[in-house]
Amino acid sequence: MLGAYFDFIRIRFLTMLAYRINYYSGILIYTLNIGVNYFTWKAIYGGGESLGGFTGAQMTTYVAVSWMARAFYFNNLDREISTDIRDGSIAIQFIRPYNYVLVKMMQGLGEGLFRFMMLMIPGMIIAVLLFPVQLPTEPSAWIGFLVMLFFSFLISSQINVITGLTAFFVENNEGVMRMKRVIVDLFSGLIVPISLFPGWLSSVLHVLPFQAITYLPGSVFTGRVQGVGIWNVLGVQVFWFLALIIPIVWLYHAARKRLFVQGG
Amino acid sequence: MYYLGLLFEYLKNYLKTRLTYRADFWVEVISDLLFQATNFIFILVIFMHTDRLGGWNQNEVVFVYGFFMVPFGVFSCFVNMWGFSERYIVKGEMDRVLTRPAHNLFQIFLENVDPPSLVGSFIGLIIMAISGANLGLPFEWWTIPALLVLTLSAVAIYTGIYTTLTSLSFYSDAPTGILPLMYNIQTYGRYPVTIYNRAIQVLLTWIVPFAFVGIYPAALFLHRDEMRSMALLTPVVGAVFLGIGLISWNYGVKRYKGAGS
Repeated sequence: MLGAYFDFIRIRFLTMLAYRINYYSGILIYTLNIGVNYFTWKAIYGGGESLGGFTGAQMTTYVAVSWMARAFYFNNLDREISTDIRDGSIAIQFIRPYNYVLVKMMQGLGEGLFRFMMLMIPGMIIAVLLFPVQLPTEPSAWIGFLVMLFFSFLISSQINVITGLTAFFVENNEGVMRMKRVIVDLFSGLIVPISLFPGWLSSVLHVLPFQAITYLPGSVFTGRVQGVGIWNVLGVQVFWFLALIIPIVWLYHAARKRLFVQGG
Repeated sequence: MYYLGLLFEYLKNYLKTRLTYRADFWVEVISDLLFQATNFIFILVIFMHTDRLGGWNQNEVVFVYGFFMVPFGVFSCFVNMWGFSERYIVKGEMDRVLTRPAHNLFQIFLENVDPPSLVGSFIGLIIMAISGANLGLPFEWWTIPALLVLTLSAVAIYTGIYTTLTSLSFYSDAPTGILPLMYNIQTYGRYPVTIYNRAIQVLLTWIVPFAFVGIYPAALFLHRDEMRSMALLTPVVGAVFLGIGLISWNYGVKRYKGAGS
């Protein structure tokens, strides 16, 4: 049974491989994103030494790592799920002997592995060559980062699954999906590190799951958070991973009772 | 005239579909505004930590952002190519479009009109008015005509770029993943381009000229003389890129053989 789930990872990976041309342009555009953000922050720093606990060099690293992490964890599970719901193919998925949400997560993982190898790694190499990114030297920092990156993927995908499942309740969830995308990019700290937000907003963001996607792993990777702090970060991620299972299970069960097919 | 009539009919159709999913309309308006708000928050956060960005103060940067929202709203309303490849080529809807008399690109634009986006344009105008008043900008006789011309030119630039990119899907089998990523880059044309290094400046000015939909035209209203000649160049760039878009589109349509089932 478990083997079947692994096959979903493999198949998605191979499907992505068939369309890999897209990802060459992706590398270019992610690098450009890093570049523009780098120059914007450079202009902001001017002669200044440190903003929100980030030195100029740390900010460069933070920007590069955040965008590259996004290259890995980003996926369109929300759109896939809502399409399945709207065209009615979800009905077939429900009677098959597997857990639909788990299959989606596995497919997301297949895509993530592909993105990791084809987009994130080459993009990171280019970013390191072009911009003054400071990579950590200790192996433990790298291992920690990879583990945290994996949790970023899990949490981001869980949020996508939740967003996708809302299609059961609002029929057309295009707006919800767009809103999610914006909220995740902003509140995860991709665009602005959370410590630079005004105090009240950053304290709100500290109790939301989004920080666990980009800001916390990025803080560890840039060396802002060290030692025991790393375990705290990991703890926050594990907490949100577990906590987000609850709404998914609930939505999934509520949805199975509510299913009505709009077409197809 | 014929095309205007078509536009009207499609808008009527749009309303009918929209009334079916009524709640979603407002969710979409709000999510559009939220998208703008992200960038707006970015500007506000930046200026919490610095007075000037590349020699421009907060009100000026906010004003540029307000201008940027106006053509972007118009563009998003009338030109929406998101998912073109999946919908028209993979699913074969292009065949249906091609059997009709109106120009195929125009039909595709009409089938995807998105009036809620115009709310963003209005908010943009309000932002311009507020930050312009803060800066004490004079209201000249040419302000309104220039705003119209520059907005239309900027819309032409957007349309040109996205039409060119979308027409790539006639040449390659794979659905292009470039479009969503381009959405990130376009916002960078709002910041004073002088802060970037030469390569990015050239890119944003001449290759994907997003600087012409934000900073350059807005500089005209802000009386930043160093960018005046670039601002006046906006209509030319608009015409050139719209031309490139239409040519590559028409050429692509000729090559199109139909792929759907």
